[in-house]
Amino acid sequence: MKLHRLAHSRTGDKGDTSNISIIAYRAEDYPLLCEQLTAERVTAFFKDLLEPMAAPVRRYELPNVQALNFVLPGILRGGVTRSLALDAHGKCLGSALLDLDLIIPT
Amino acid sequence: MNALRIGSGAGYSGDRIEPAVELAEHGDLDYLVFECLAERTIALAQQVRISDPQGGYDPLLAERMRRVLPFVGRLAGRRRLRVITNMGAANPLAAAIEVRRIAAELGLGLKVVAVLGDDVLHALPGEQLLDNGQTVGSLGERLISANAYLGVDGILEALRVDADVVITGRVADPSLFLAPQMFEFGWAFDDWQRLGRGTLVGHLLECAGQVSGGYFADPGFKDVEDLARLGFPLAEIDADGNALITKVAGSGGRVSRATCAEQLIYEVHDPAAYLTPDVTADFSQVGFVEESVDRVRAQGASGRARPEQLKVSVGYLDGWIGEGQMSYGGPGAVARAELARGVVLKRLALIGVNMQDLRAELIGMDSLHGPRSSVEPWEVRLRVAARCDERSDAVRIGNEVETLYTNGPAGGGGASKSVRQVVAVASLLLPREAVKPRIEE
Repeated sequence: MKLHRLAHSRTGDKGDTSNISIIAYRAEDYPLLCEQLTAERVTAFFKDLLEPMAAPVRRYELPNVQALNFVLPGILRGGVTRSLALDAHGKCLGSALLDLDLIIPT
Repeated sequence: MNALRIGSGAGYSGDRIEPAVELAEHGDLDYLVFECLAERTIALAQQVRISDPQGGYDPLLAERMRRVLPFVGRLAGRRRLRVITNMGAANPLAAAIEVRRIAAELGLGLKVVAVLGDDVLHALPGEQLLDNGQTVGSLGERLISANAYLGVDGILEALRVDADVVITGRVADPSLFLAPQMFEFGWAFDDWQRLGRGTLVGHLLECAGQVSGGYFADPGFKDVEDLARLGFPLAEIDADGNALITKVAGSGGRVSRATCAEQLIYEVHDPAAYLTPDVTADFSQVGFVEESVDRVRAQGASGRARPEQLKVSVGYLDGWIGEGQMSYGGPGAVARAELARGVVLKRLALIGVNMQDLRAELIGMDSLHGPRSSVEPWEVRLRVAARCDERSDAVRIGNEVETLYTNGPAGGGGASKSVRQVVAVASLLLPREAVKPRIEE
């Protein structure tokens, strides 16, 4: 099942770092997100976009809003002001991440 | 006093004005705050100020003030409304003069106070290191601006002298909202718990519509009613900093647990350590309760001692970006666009354009997140962009895309080209004592 079915997301930028929130619609789905949405999984999803020399992707948990926060250093390649990217803020990254496939236990 | 009511009239410089007027007129507010400075805005404003010493403040300042000032001050039968804004950008003094002029024109007796002291351009040591590894000195004449993120101090002083309108340059966004809470409730500068809560209120409100249903709708998954008439948020806050987020009844949009959760995490890294000049706020245990439709209570924020150093944002010129685009449609669109991409890149190499960085992509295929196998699109748009030291090189990028009309594959259309100067931003840290906020009445 696509992550899009279970969670919503917003992306922020500071310098050349993006942060992507993944927020479960239902509290009962949050443990599944915590288990499957690891920093490694997100790193693999964005492997072509991440700066190889940058610090690793970090994950923070916000249990009372059933959310995870991923911080992706360097992914904005010089930041909003210098980047040649069409979406220099990386605003669309969170929407892309919602395409990730989850395994739903039966 | 009963609950303090603070509204958010703008989330960025170019934001819509109607929701701010709606809040001023119908929000029953004590304070209306306009947050209008993104990371780079001051550097761009400083460039304006260099060519016009009376300029360099927010381009929408006059229009916003003309629309909301009639509701500001002590008016019969209404709460006293005051305005706090960082629309002063690179020139808060000139902005204050302009607001005084507009107030006089409207026949209003309002006190307008400017907060100064964020501009530290001439106080930076040349050997000071930036976060990009360069020193301040190495930027030479390319250095445009250096502004420290001030906290609540200057705004508090302005409120103490009874300002109706407070105009600042660079102030940390949440501080614009924290200052009136500290002023009204008499919180001490080291009451970290309440400062953390008040900072949460500021953080939730600082992007205006982003907490009331803007930047949220995803049809079929997250629907927002009447997005076209999106209203901006306000907070009802008690003396301990407990707050309820809502909006003007009848406005479009939605305030819900989900909209608040998205804004809670927006532009936050470690939620347990959200740094501002006033407090190290802890949002990690924040939760939201929907008391009724469009009324959401925020709880669980706390705080610890403020950082000893202040962040300074440094703006500098960093060359030019040239860009060109061309569309291709119908059967074989992708193959023709890819041929066009290859041709442009080869021509740029053949004529020897000097580029620091180059990017060529197909909008509709790979421009946002890289390539991915998919069905052939009905249309696709080539985009070529490069950063160059010289303007003359940057101009060539768009030109080489435009010449695809008569020199490229079949059927290109809708060419566009642009050149812009790059104003880059880096940051550094200064000891708190090196920055001295002050007011001008």
